[in-house]
Amino acid sequence: MSAFTLPPLPSDDKRWKIVNGTMRKNGYARHALIETLHTVQSSFGYLDDDAIRFVARSLRVPLSQAYGVVTFYHYFSLKPPGKHTMTICAGTACYIKGTDKLVAAAQEHLGICMGQTTRDGNISLMTARCVGACSRAPVVLSDGEVAGEVTSDQLLAQLERWAVE
Amino acid sequence: MTIEELEQIATSVRQEHEKYDYEVNVCMDLACASQGADRLREALVKEAEASGKKVLVRRTGCMGPCSSGPLVRVDPAETLYRHVHSDHAESIVASLGGEPVAELQCDLSDHFDKQVRVVLENAGYIDPEKIDDYIGRDGYKALLTALTEMTPNGVIHRITESGLRGRGGGGYPTGLKWGTVSKAGGDMKYVVCNGDEGDPGAFMDRSVMEGDPHRVIEGMAIAAYAVGASKGFIYVRAEYPVAVSRLTTALREARRRGLLGNNICGTTFNFDMEIRLGAGAFVCGEETALIASIEGRRGTPKPRPPYPAVSGLWGKPTLINNVETYANVAPIMRNGGKWFFNMGSERSKGTKVFALTGKITNTGLVEVPMGIKLWEIIDVIGGGVPDGHKLKAVQTGGPSGGCIPADMLDLGVSYDALMAAGSIMGSGGMIVMDDTSCMVNVARFFVEFCMTESCGKCIPCRAGTAQMYTLLSRFCDGSGTMEELELLEELCGTIKDTSLCGLGMTAPNPVLSTLKYFRNEYIEHIVHKRCPAGVCNIKAPVEVLA
Repeated sequence: MSAFTLPPLPSDDKRWKIVNGTMRKNGYARHALIETLHTVQSSFGYLDDDAIRFVARSLRVPLSQAYGVVTFYHYFSLKPPGKHTMTICAGTACYIKGTDKLVAAAQEHLGICMGQTTRDGNISLMTARCVGACSRAPVVLSDGEVAGEVTSDQLLAQLERWAVE
Repeated sequence: MTIEELEQIATSVRQEHEKYDYEVNVCMDLACASQGADRLREALVKEAEASGKKVLVRRTGCMGPCSSGPLVRVDPAETLYRHVHSDHAESIVASLGGEPVAELQCDLSDHFDKQVRVVLENAGYIDPEKIDDYIGRDGYKALLTALTEMTPNGVIHRITESGLRGRGGGGYPTGLKWGTVSKAGGDMKYVVCNGDEGDPGAFMDRSVMEGDPHRVIEGMAIAAYAVGASKGFIYVRAEYPVAVSRLTTALREARRRGLLGNNICGTTFNFDMEIRLGAGAFVCGEETALIASIEGRRGTPKPRPPYPAVSGLWGKPTLINNVETYANVAPIMRNGGKWFFNMGSERSKGTKVFALTGKITNTGLVEVPMGIKLWEIIDVIGGGVPDGHKLKAVQTGGPSGGCIPADMLDLGVSYDALMAAGSIMGSGGMIVMDDTSCMVNVARFFVEFCMTESCGKCIPCRAGTAQMYTLLSRFCDGSGTMEELELLEELCGTIKDTSLCGLGMTAPNPVLSTLKYFRNEYIEHIVHKRCPAGVCNIKAPVEVLA
């Protein structure tokens, strides 16, 4: 059997070294696939084709399996996020406390649906499967910062602030 | 680390704390943190330093009554302050040694009196990032005692004797599970902690992992000793970054103290563990799917048997328990199996942690003895439904559970009673709904969740949840018929009977329980084309002909 050679880094972007670090730490074992994809997403914000190919080849995982894993888990994104991200929690407590009104307000204001990014790339609208702050439902994350008992007015005010930056 | 060394640390921690006249504990759990608990703590530290008083300001895990947050408790007087902000730091520090700050003080004795704290015994009392705080409250004593004074079978016997059942929701006897893994052959075995907490609307496990991470690690280490495992994995949701960071710190500290690693406490026992991040898939709470995910694959379940206890991670015998189950282990080892057995109801022992949320006055984290009546949780601990609304239902078990109607609140909380009522214990989400919630819409919400979370491996779940969703959507928009209601009921039975894993098998539960107790709401939508709660947008109101 010929010795396996690692593929070259996709570019000289330093973030690839961080990705490589995760794989090296795990001895390039196949089971490190999800760990590595987490590193890619946290470094680059999303997973593009180059990244998936690079990770799959480095870990000797078939491309079908790598792509299958990426698309299976909600946490992984194939599209780059906007400059700002507003995440509305879609957990049960938030639903009971009226998340639907927040979703409707945000979608109408930006003219996009949940999961989309405004055309100028400024704001992404996302839903979370529950961030565990249920006691302060409804919960919204503005660029990762958790706010509880959010009203439509507060949410729109945040979107306005981002728009005029 | 020997037991003597552990006790030395515990003594020095207590001596260190005795140097202070006052302890100001600041809850830094997510709900309080999202309201500026960080700035509050900094302000308190600054004021304390300036005052010249001997004050220890401590960051703690969740104190429980989140709706009163940010919370501060001043010891030794045990004065509880609510809605505290950084501006209040000065008056709180000034009040030490005198009268408490009346405008902030709150009396939540109704909320606390009926609670029994086993899993949450340290919540609000320790700094989760300091291993010595945990050791100061008898932490790791159970592990070292087990290693030096008990046989693995002795440990399993004690857990069996306690009557502890799996806190992830299924309620499988923990001792029995440990016994099976222990008897399985092979030199390599694993213990896994399921911290995937997928139930949307529940955060017990997050609070335990964030507020008292060593408790989980100690429980897993004791389990590993009992079943003969040397390697562990904690599978944590990626949505819980603070839990991941606290566990990472805790693991590092435990290794530094020699509580993880080789030859722990001078014995032949070797054990260490790693954190694995989930990536957002509800089905990964199912144990075979969780294993697939740790192995780096899509989280799809496999038919059982073989059970993971016999063939799990990489085909090796694997013990999988939930966060709260492991959190119960150390207190059982310290206080004895009988102590635990004597708490709770006939077939459900000990306590259960619930995340009490929804339309309830005191939202937050509560720990109650098994057998407690639902009304005690809702009316007394929870303080009832606010804003003059009427309680309609209590939902337990998340997307796998059901809705219990208001007239059944005399029900005692136990695995069997909740199941008999058409719901399940679940992992601990308890969501209170009032007259502004439409039960058909609630059923559709849960079915939509299961539909998007179905892994797609088996057809009854993949196609069945989608069909249920379509039917429920037709009821919600007023276009459904009575024939379709019959079809929905038949479909529920098929999905329940034929799905591969728990996700599919329990997906119809929210529909079945709402049909059982709130059938009239379905009829209103279908026959009279109206939503009694005014939630659903009935598209075209049809004139009802006489």
